[in-house]
Amino acid sequence: MHELAVTEEIIKIAIDSCKGKRISKINIVIGELSSFVDDSVQFYFDILSRSTLAEGATLDFRRVPAKLRCYNCNKEFHPDSTMVCPFCNSLGGRIIEGEEFYIESIEVKDED
Amino acid sequence: MKIEVVKNILDANDQVAYINRETFDHLGVIAINIMAAPGAGKTSVILKTAELLDLPIAVIEGDVASTIDSEKVASKGISVVQINTGGECHLDAPMLKEALKRINLNGIRLLFIENVGNLICPAGFELGEHIKVAVSSIPEGDDKPYKYPGLFSKVSAVVLNKIDILPYIDFNMGYFENGVRALNPNVKIFPVSCKTGEGLSEWVEWLKGEAINR
Repeated sequence: MHELAVTEEIIKIAIDSCKGKRISKINIVIGELSSFVDDSVQFYFDILSRSTLAEGATLDFRRVPAKLRCYNCNKEFHPDSTMVCPFCNSLGGRIIEGEEFYIESIEVKDED
Repeated sequence: MKIEVVKNILDANDQVAYINRETFDHLGVIAINIMAAPGAGKTSVILKTAELLDLPIAVIEGDVASTIDSEKVASKGISVVQINTGGECHLDAPMLKEALKRINLNGIRLLFIENVGNLICPAGFELGEHIKVAVSSIPEGDDKPYKYPGLFSKVSAVVLNKIDILPYIDFNMGYFENGVRALNPNVKIFPVSCKTGEGLSEWVEWLKGEAINR
């Protein structure tokens, strides 16, 4: 249940970046291989952001699928549960996408 | 108005991890983060390793609650500090930083950090350690690397414990090893039994080599 601590961090980074304006949206990128669950983050967020510039903001999660580069044929593929390369049938590859966990951008209200 | 941020959400943790690493390097301590599911045998592996290593060690025990593990370690005369995370499913760098204030690392060569029993969350949080090790065990099944790729892809070594019960369980060693190597081709895999002692010397030799070469 580390989503609580993670949510606190998301709010802190967003408020540090918002230039004193009200935040309407926070765009977050989560890789398929990162160990974070987005479902509970919005729940914690709604409670923890009360009376801050982030109150009422929506969280947008962009999921990045895992992508491996085959050790053997060097082609990129999305691994299924066998982790076998669909092009050359050899096992596994170097992770090139899917471990992301960052705030890409925020959207703020201009009228304030 | 859109404001570009592009900031790692765990940046604050990583900064503290960096401070922890500086503390270790200053003292000449090699820190090893031991991660595993509950019951895989993290504490047993640490205690058996301590018996076979002729290097001064200390242990930091991470658990949600209780001091059972730290009492076991202390009963062997090993310097130990317990962290109770109070519900948190993993250790993070600030927790470790606090624990380091309570342990005397002077003269210590290896510090074992036993993470909270969990195959998911510990992999997400850097502590400042030098070496990440996974402990897995035969009764957990041979599919764990496929189900928890985040953890198995990040470790330098996997200690596969409880091989003494292999005759009683359908565990395909090749399938397990393939799952680990798929995302982590250079990983060392050490099948061991803390019960019989089988395989432990290879693991300990590797660990000594890692400690000396740093």
